[in-house]
Amino acid sequence: MRAFSTLLDRLVLTPSRNGKLKLLSDYFASVPDPDRGYALGVLAGTLDLKAVKPALLKELVLERMDPVLFGYSYDYVGDLAETIALVWDQDRGEKAERAEPSLGEVVALLQSLGRTQVRGAVRDLLDTLDPSGRFAFLKLVTGGLRIGVSARLAKQALADMSGKDIVEIETLWHGLQPPYESLFAWLEGGADKPVLATPAIFHSVMLSNPVGDSDLTGLDPSDYAAEWKWDGIRVQLSRHRDTCRLYSRSGDDISGAFPDIVSAANFDGVIDGELLVGGTARSNQPTRTFSDLQQRLNRKSVTAKMLSDYPVFIRAYDILFTGERDVRGLNYDERRALLSNIVDAAPHDRFDLSPLIPFSSWDELDRLRHAPPDPVIEGVMIKRRDSIYQAGRAKGPWFKWKKQPLNVDAVLMYAQRGHGKRSSYYSDFTFGVWMAMPEGGDQLVPVGKAYFGFTDQELEVLDKYVRNNTIERFGPVRSIRAEPDHGFVVEVAFEGLNRSGRHKSGVAMRFPRIARLRTDKLPRDADRLDTLLHMLPA
Amino acid sequence: MIKPEALLFPTPAGLYCPVGDFYVDPVRPVDRALITHGHSDHARSGHGRVLTTRQTLDIMALRYGVDFAGSEQAIDFGETIHLNGVEIGFYPAGHVLGSAQIAIEHAGVRIVVSGDYKRRPDATCAAFVPVPCDVFITEATFGLPVFHHPDPALEIGKLLASLEQFPQRSHLIGAYALGKAQRVISLIRQGGYDKPIYIHGALAKLCDYYSSQGIELGELRPATIENGGASQFEGAVVIGPPSAFNDRWARRFNDPLAIFASGWMMVRQRAKQRGVELPLVISDHCDWPELIETIGELKPGAVWVTHGREEALVRWCELNGIAAKPLHLVGYEDEGD
Repeated sequence: MRAFSTLLDRLVLTPSRNGKLKLLSDYFASVPDPDRGYALGVLAGTLDLKAVKPALLKELVLERMDPVLFGYSYDYVGDLAETIALVWDQDRGEKAERAEPSLGEVVALLQSLGRTQVRGAVRDLLDTLDPSGRFAFLKLVTGGLRIGVSARLAKQALADMSGKDIVEIETLWHGLQPPYESLFAWLEGGADKPVLATPAIFHSVMLSNPVGDSDLTGLDPSDYAAEWKWDGIRVQLSRHRDTCRLYSRSGDDISGAFPDIVSAANFDGVIDGELLVGGTARSNQPTRTFSDLQQRLNRKSVTAKMLSDYPVFIRAYDILFTGERDVRGLNYDERRALLSNIVDAAPHDRFDLSPLIPFSSWDELDRLRHAPPDPVIEGVMIKRRDSIYQAGRAKGPWFKWKKQPLNVDAVLMYAQRGHGKRSSYYSDFTFGVWMAMPEGGDQLVPVGKAYFGFTDQELEVLDKYVRNNTIERFGPVRSIRAEPDHGFVVEVAFEGLNRSGRHKSGVAMRFPRIARLRTDKLPRDADRLDTLLHMLPA
Repeated sequence: MIKPEALLFPTPAGLYCPVGDFYVDPVRPVDRALITHGHSDHARSGHGRVLTTRQTLDIMALRYGVDFAGSEQAIDFGETIHLNGVEIGFYPAGHVLGSAQIAIEHAGVRIVVSGDYKRRPDATCAAFVPVPCDVFITEATFGLPVFHHPDPALEIGKLLASLEQFPQRSHLIGAYALGKAQRVISLIRQGGYDKPIYIHGALAKLCDYYSSQGIELGELRPATIENGGASQFEGAVVIGPPSAFNDRWARRFNDPLAIFASGWMMVRQRAKQRGVELPLVISDHCDWPELIETIGELKPGAVWVTHGREEALVRWCELNGIAAKPLHLVGYEDEGD
């Protein structure tokens, strides 16, 4: 575990790409199997470990520690895993004379634990590891490593270490699993290139760029096709005889959560599309909202009731393989013709084809994107008709052109210190708008919370305002002065609005962020709740 | 018996003893000052009379010039003297060269002002001596349970490993000019590194002084480019005050790797915010276990906490049945280490 925790410590603080690559390739070259392969899985996000809830970790630490002292510590450090790693009192536990476990041993232990054994095993490991090892372990089991290493960078380090081409590594990648022993054996020249045993592997997806200011000028609309951009999640369905897998756009296997779609596929090949809840166009059922889809996301398994209340389908965008034939080199129109045939023959309630939007000028398309025919549309996609299916985010062949976000002017009401890098800044803001009170007069009512959207300079301004205008403190939260003639107005942008029984205002924003600081406005000029209520979908 | 609060209490100028008519580590110019150690927030210039250890007097003269005070008086460790009937004794604090705790005794009450102190072995200064007392005045710079300073030898090991892994890069270590810089050099030598170490000009006088006091620092060279180009710093160890790292001074080095030797480096975000690539957790203050072990060992009637994270240490004392209160002194650098 020590080599791995040292690696993490260095990676977190090494800003340069070359520095990171050196640290990674030295690690992969010097650490034995299976540890290095598990580390690779951790860094690339392919190692599935049993999660430990933060609440359990807190309970464990409070078995030995005064809650007030823990509170002071957490407040100071700002990160739960790091706080526990640092305050954990090793001496009071059984003195760790035992050898520190290797990463492989820790992973094996975690994978073998039953539900009731977790508490004891975690306590035991925390006693055995040093502070740096505890931090690494806690980050592993709580998820969210956030060390600025992408899967791509890890693969580049493998290429650096071995002299092999990264494209070869990427092609193999989704067919292999941690601890990647066959991969390392090949990289080090001790074995042949691994033969993929699993069919229905993931292939990297093609991504788009947002339309910039003058990106479309000079482009001929007739060279492009347009489709609606649906508000679901992008997926890839990959089927080979008896094996069918559903992948997220980053290559996570999410088949387990969607048995309805996986079992409905009746074609061999790989298609690209949007996963949505509701009915297909050809079954004449409406497409349902993203919040309905959310009911089905991030689940390992799913109940029969879920399946009937929130049925999913795929709105197909593209095709990569038909049978075993790679069609990524064909152009958009040719691929779409193939896709159309496959979707026609697929179950009508589970698959439909993303419709084309007829348009003759960019202005016309611009009008259409602002007035889409379905509330679950978030904009349009523009795809060059002669383009091949090319993995990655090449600039030119595909564009996304979203609807304008919704905006309101709101008043800052509460602020909380951020976590991690922002632990010394007030960076999480609750804001409100004016609501008429039954007994007369207006009052601010919270309508949302945002912790991004602003620049670093704007954060300095906000932080300073909070510190100078605090009227009350509740633990880490500060209540900020917000009166009609004294307060801080911000323009909040958001993607949508839902009704909510959990909030006093009755509304909840989707994806809110602080778009601008409105230092030119007084709180009395901020928006009223009525404005928001009018934005609710009927 | 005199009440401890009447023997010594905080004033805007610093801790004051009315019976003896003196201040301890005053932050404003006063007639008579007793100084625990040479760090600039504790030892200031412009006092009428200064009483402290020989080494602290020397250090003050190096930093402020020979006329830093009206008059000076040196006191040895273990020696006692009397001021207006108050008995004064100086004892090693283990913080930096010359650092002392000051015992103040009158009418049956003894208060020990520890100044800044640590319990870890340190080849560059005399080790802390526990002094029984009624009131122990402690610092709390690292007074939170998160601070567990590791063995400095392990930290130096990280530096030596990095020198092997990145042999082209200049390893720039930020360390405070008095105490930390010399301790880090001494630790690097104990780690077996015997190449020349390059130092920033601000460290030169104090390093010379440490050497003159018999502390082994090995070969030190000025980190100037006049003799030999920037290539001489390739893979070299360079030590300077932390403030110099944001200066033009740092631009002379080849692909520098930023290192900071400080107890604050225990917290990752601290390191990240400062742009430190390799944190070395090396502190001249007590960590949390040392603080509570010292209080447990001394078993004073009361603990007064000066600067740092007072609330956590006061809380710990309450939980353990020891009377404690914060003194709310101003003018001492919370960040200093």
